[in-house]
Amino acid sequence: MGFEVLLKGNNALRLLGGLGVAMYISMISVVISITLGIILGMLMTLKNPVINAVSRVYLEIVRIMPQMVLLFIVYFGATKILGLNLSAEVSAVIVFSFWGTAEMSDLVRGALTGIPAIQYESSMALGMNRLQTYIHVIIPQIVRRLIPLSINLITRMIKTTSLVMMIGIVEVLKVGQQIIEANRKSSPNAAFGIFATIFILYFLACYPISCLSKYLEKKWEN
Amino acid sequence: MDFEVIVSYLPLYIKAFMLTIKIGWIGIALSLGIGVFCAFVLHFRIPVLSAIVKVYVELFRNTPLLVQLFFVYFGLPKIGISISAEACGAIGLGLLGGSYMTESFRSGLDAVPVSQTESALALGMRKGQLFSNVILPQAVTLSVPAVVANLIFLLKETSVFSAISLMDLMFTAKDLIGLYYNTTECLFMLVIFYVVMLLPVSILGTVIEKKTRFKMFGD
Amino acid sequence: MEEILRVENLSKKYEDVDVLDGISLSVKKGEVVVIVGPSGCGKSTFLRCLNGLEDIRDGSVFLGDEKINPNKKNLSKTREKIGMVFQSYDLFPHKTILQNVTLAPIKVKKRKKAEVEEEALKLLDRVGLISKKDNYPRQLSGGQKQRVAIVRALIMHPEVLLFDEVTAALDPEMVREVLDVVLSLAKEGRTMLIVTHEMSFARAVADRVIFLDGGKIVEEGKPTDFFDNPKTDRLKKFLKTFSYEE
Repeated sequence: MGFEVLLKGNNALRLLGGLGVAMYISMISVVISITLGIILGMLMTLKNPVINAVSRVYLEIVRIMPQMVLLFIVYFGATKILGLNLSAEVSAVIVFSFWGTAEMSDLVRGALTGIPAIQYESSMALGMNRLQTYIHVIIPQIVRRLIPLSINLITRMIKTTSLVMMIGIVEVLKVGQQIIEANRKSSPNAAFGIFATIFILYFLACYPISCLSKYLEKKWEN
Repeated sequence: MDFEVIVSYLPLYIKAFMLTIKIGWIGIALSLGIGVFCAFVLHFRIPVLSAIVKVYVELFRNTPLLVQLFFVYFGLPKIGISISAEACGAIGLGLLGGSYMTESFRSGLDAVPVSQTESALALGMRKGQLFSNVILPQAVTLSVPAVVANLIFLLKETSVFSAISLMDLMFTAKDLIGLYYNTTECLFMLVIFYVVMLLPVSILGTVIEKKTRFKMFGD
Repeated sequence: MEEILRVENLSKKYEDVDVLDGISLSVKKGEVVVIVGPSGCGKSTFLRCLNGLEDIRDGSVFLGDEKINPNKKNLSKTREKIGMVFQSYDLFPHKTILQNVTLAPIKVKKRKKAEVEEEALKLLDRVGLISKKDNYPRQLSGGQKQRVAIVRALIMHPEVLLFDEVTAALDPEMVREVLDVVLSLAKEGRTMLIVTHEMSFARAVADRVIFLDGGKIVEEGKPTDFFDNPKTDRLKKFLKTFSYEE
């Protein structure tokens, strides 16, 4: 069935290394997305018309443009139009952060506006000042709403990074193709074993994170 | 930007656009069918099938479409299951989408309050009448926002079809860039065609969401 | 007068806690029985058992000669004969007021639409809501929704009506409009079992009042005896919680 090819040489390690590349790119993008997303989400609650207009256009672009298209624009377009020579890895991080920031900012905005006004009012009525209200009442509630959703963003980011092979980054799918190609004669069925393995690898990477996100969401649901 | 180039590429893009739409919507139709079926299985806790559906949903929600397509298109033929790129795209999208639609429909069904069931039962309604007259219409309304989000997500996912050599928009753009280096024009057209494909769905989706929400909850 | 509902030794447990502990009760045709008691005393569970929304494991409930059995197929047939109105109204949000009322007679009893609508309009008129027939539930106040819920139960021509704290979720100024409807039904001679916290209403509407505590019937009697000369200490204590006198 083509699984034997995994045992040859360091093929299994190479596949894991490829997954590592995908994970590395997604982790950097997640950190950037969460940081920028929190800032943008907070800006969006200010109800400034300029910020609102810009962020709406930005969110709509992200909503309807496939990441693959964005990836092509940044990787091929930036070189051609701006004369910048971006590496594939940098392009990927830019695109995934562009996407992730939009997602995160919308979550942050939702969490912020979702806190009922009475929570602020009753804290003030207890004599807390603005800072105390935020530290003891508002932020803990927001954090509880946001953490499961941010964790969920990580799994989506990991899945999305599979796209980077399309701009030539040697990640797990590309490594898989290389192994299949190199063993074409000795293991003609390697494609089944390798792609099944990659399927499982992605599942093993994402499933525990999804479970954690679901668990926390349930746990903190009032 | 060279408009002559754009005009000369137009027929190729239109062809690719039609193919992308065709496979995309076939996949979406499949995903809706799978989603409704699996949601019923989970909602009515049908033994054995429920367990299978759960595994299916988790497997497909936690892996990228690209990997699913590679497995089906390049992997399965090695054990004797060969399908065309087009069928593979539609089935892949259908399976991925089915796992998302299942979750959306199921949470819609579960979100109908128990008290609605009880008051319908108290009126003497039979199980079937209760389901078709009371539960289902409300569940559909409740799942609209999630289903719209899925539609947009799935249409965007069609962009990975090029990886299995389907001559879709991505493939065409990449091909033309490789052949003639008219990068700016090619990317511009790519964006325009995706906007044409997705903006109406996005706008219409928002309108439908508002309308159904209003009908149900009045806000 | 003939007996219409009989409960024999009804018991129910939730995780080893006795919610209902051997309740027996007989209700005559045209009688209005009000059930009062502290929160968690099992009053709602008791009503829910009567139309099979809770399984009956120990004891039995008879409607006329028919035994109510939640596992049997004819349960919905029985439910057609027992109307129930809930605390949270539970109108169907996707149907208009008129459709809310006509849905069950058309679907369940297979009656003709025109005939059902005519009757529905008469009943809506009676509770003062005919102008709302084409509105959706969300456009109505709580009191209006509850009156529609009563009409929705009435149009099934039930032999017994169950009211489960129908005013508990209402703003005080809306309680009256709903209770007036219930009172007028009592005057018509309908058989009703009413769970409520409104003591003055209980006194006005009831033929018999039952005090339920700890899943048992602690005391029952005519409203005048019940409220003015309670016999048991538990009832005395309970009634005292409703007054501010020292």
